[in-house]
Amino acid sequence: MDQVMAEDFQVIDNCLMIRLPEEIDHHRAGYISETADRYLLREEVQNVVFDFENTRFMDSSGIGIIMGRYRKISCFGGKVYAVNADSQIQRILRVSGLYRIVETVK
Amino acid sequence: MKNEMEIIFDAVSDNESFARVAVAAFVSHLNPTLEELADIKTAVSEAVTNSIIHGYENLYGYGRPGRCPASRKETNPGKVWVRCVLEGDLLHIRVTDQGRGMDNVEQAMEPLFTTKPELERSGMGFAFMEAFMDDLEVESTPGQGTVVSMTKKLGTGGWIEGEE
Repeated sequence: MDQVMAEDFQVIDNCLMIRLPEEIDHHRAGYISETADRYLLREEVQNVVFDFENTRFMDSSGIGIIMGRYRKISCFGGKVYAVNADSQIQRILRVSGLYRIVETVK
Repeated sequence: MKNEMEIIFDAVSDNESFARVAVAAFVSHLNPTLEELADIKTAVSEAVTNSIIHGYENLYGYGRPGRCPASRKETNPGKVWVRCVLEGDLLHIRVTDQGRGMDNVEQAMEPLFTTKPELERSGMGFAFMEAFMDDLEVESTPGQGTVVSMTKKLGTGGWIEGEE
């Protein structure tokens, strides 16, 4: 079903790219966070890019994922990016105030 | 016209998507905008998730499979009730659990306040419910459970969608 797979995590240069699932809630958040952290430890990545192309639903669990990764990489000068966020996802980012730490691209 | 429905389900996170989709389907005949549907789904998702992980402290299935601590392997028995009443274009949603309840509702509702930072809960749940619904009331009795009541007026978002 709508599960996050290993191929949804990719390291390109100094970025960890995460392709997010169609729906992000608490049920799926743990897997995404723990897998992302494994990559952050293993590979020397500076930035994290969240790809929302397939994502149609997100609740505050998604905010937790982004904030958690931001905390882990910001002390080394890393940045968090959000790409392909539709209007609904952008709204969630705005309401949560996350727009201040996340750079949205496109 | 009044229309009512209630669903009762086990307090496990697999049911979060079921709950919000059921509520969205219940209002679909009113032709809500995509934005209204997303608002309702987000608010239901927040309330139900709170009942599951805070009310009943069920973490079953959370995290990567294969390396789960024992606390994530068992579930506390418990049900979540989601009751919806449609009165005209007003949607009332009530999410009830019989979990541990909260001592300090006001503090729990503060943005960024969370008792489960280790789960990366952002502390934005109640803030989202307030932002995406028109009215929010929370009643909680420690040891007995929590009732979250939300109201939203539908059919007001048409012009916003037209702009986008």
